[in-house]
Amino acid sequence: MAKILMKGNEAIGEGAVRAGCRYFFGYPITPQSELPHYLAKRLPEVGGVYLQSESETAAINMVYGAAGAGARVMTSSSGPGISLMQEGISYLAGAELPCVIVNMIRGGPGLGNIAPAQSDYFQATKGGGHGDYRVIVLAPASVQEIIDLMQVAFDLADRYRNPVMVAGDGILGQMMEPVELGEEKEIQIPPRPWAATGRMGGEKKLINSLYIVPEELEQHNLKLARKYALIAEREQRWEEYRLGGAKLVLVAFGTAARICKAVVDRCREEGLAVGLIRPITLWPFPQKAFEPVIGEAERFLVVEMNLGQMVEDVRLTVNGRRPVYFYGRCGGMLPVAADVVREVKKLYGGEGQ
Amino acid sequence: MKKVFTRPRSLKDIPTHYCPGCTHGIVHRLVAEVIDELEIFDRTIGVAPVGCSVFAYNYFDCDMFQASHGRAPAVATGIKRVLPDRVVFTYQGDGDLAAIGTGEIVHAAARGEKFTVIFINNAIYAMTGGQMAPTTLLGQKTTTTPYGRDKEVNGYPVKIAEMLSVLDGTAYAARVSVHDPAHVIKAKKAIKRAFEVQLANLGFSIVEVLSACPTNWGLPPAEALKWLAENMIPYYPLGEHKKPAEVG
Repeated sequence: MAKILMKGNEAIGEGAVRAGCRYFFGYPITPQSELPHYLAKRLPEVGGVYLQSESETAAINMVYGAAGAGARVMTSSSGPGISLMQEGISYLAGAELPCVIVNMIRGGPGLGNIAPAQSDYFQATKGGGHGDYRVIVLAPASVQEIIDLMQVAFDLADRYRNPVMVAGDGILGQMMEPVELGEEKEIQIPPRPWAATGRMGGEKKLINSLYIVPEELEQHNLKLARKYALIAEREQRWEEYRLGGAKLVLVAFGTAARICKAVVDRCREEGLAVGLIRPITLWPFPQKAFEPVIGEAERFLVVEMNLGQMVEDVRLTVNGRRPVYFYGRCGGMLPVAADVVREVKKLYGGEGQ
Repeated sequence: MKKVFTRPRSLKDIPTHYCPGCTHGIVHRLVAEVIDELEIFDRTIGVAPVGCSVFAYNYFDCDMFQASHGRAPAVATGIKRVLPDRVVFTYQGDGDLAAIGTGEIVHAAARGEKFTVIFINNAIYAMTGGQMAPTTLLGQKTTTTPYGRDKEVNGYPVKIAEMLSVLDGTAYAARVSVHDPAHVIKAKKAIKRAFEVQLANLGFSIVEVLSACPTNWGLPPAEALKWLAENMIPYYPLGEHKKPAEVG
């Protein structure tokens, strides 16, 4: 099938439609606006509903209602808007409702700017909202991967009855790349016997996250914890790039990982044994990717478009067995390959210690 | 013997947690009777709020959602957009609807969302300990207006039924009271009309119900009803503030 040129934000919309999503509730914010633009046109074509809400708070609660009523549903935003959605995301997690939330991350904190960043890593992976909960977080690094991961995102949301976040950055949303869409498949949405759709002669259903009796809430928390443990065991995803024999392993996700691939190539050309681990799931963090390389790798360098957030998960994974270093740019600035190469050279062979 | 009075099918046969003299029980019953009479029980979905009536989902026997504080109209929007042939209602207090959830209620009404809102106005925040609500009357003493609500400090009480009635998406907006049997009967009629408006797909419908909170008002139940009639009704006039021609 021929490739077509597509913008990242639009690819998210097309990927969602192809994954069977028929409902979108959202509020405009840069740099993800092409996604709602696309869906406002596309969803009515497939009998779906696009609704522009009055706020991000309303949007995520519309998602809560639609998800509880049994729909495949999505919302999207960027940094400040995702902050407003956190209350709703906590409720969605508490009520175990499947949905997909897209965060095309911009620079922060506060209003920050509209330039690409990865500074919402903590917010995405460590909870963000109140209470003991987890959100599955997927981090694509190309427009093609966006198309493929949207299907994964909706499937994971359904399989675990849990919100799934797709975390990109402004560049990924704005870049255009050739993509192969493939044949449009008939999507079978798994049955949702728990959905509250009106009794229609059946049992009463309740969509709820309130457990006023502490013993009952503890049981609910423990049940969620078992689910999260299962997700952590089964759903770690990552890409390995030229890892064979790597003495120094770069760790980066999304756009930073694409830059790091160029860094790896340059270093390898100069005879430096450098490789890359690119987490695709930010939560669960792909700890399994590290075990096979930790014997050979002497040190790790984490490259992020923030001031060092994922580096904490790498340190937890490596757990003191090897030194872990960090290089990052923030505020919407990008790590430049030449600067990362310089960092690598400083560390390679142990100079940085 | 012919049975002339019975528990509505739509209400579970369990005791409620409400304080003595609280009128939530009456309003629950009216909503349930209307659902029964319109024969929509099987396709009705309710959205329970945060606050005293958070456990409404335990009492109504239809499918229910529990929504976060103020967000019931957004949740109901999501439900109704996915299931347009179902009957959806929210049940919200004044702290929920008239303060933290003002954005959601105004825009749901403006969009003409086809669900029904039962809005309990008891002029106070009840569950959290009797603090001032947006609906608290001028001069009314609460735990956060110990000297009485002062317009210079806290502004004026919000008249929700009137406020929403000016929006084109609102098809039906009424204010009723449940302080005596005659008004309870009128309240039921309004609630029924609100559901009929939804069934006829005419737009957004809301019934504001003036209700008593003896506990937080610090009054015995009978005196609370009297206080409601004498103080709340003059400020919050009863009646149908907006109705479509179709339901007369």
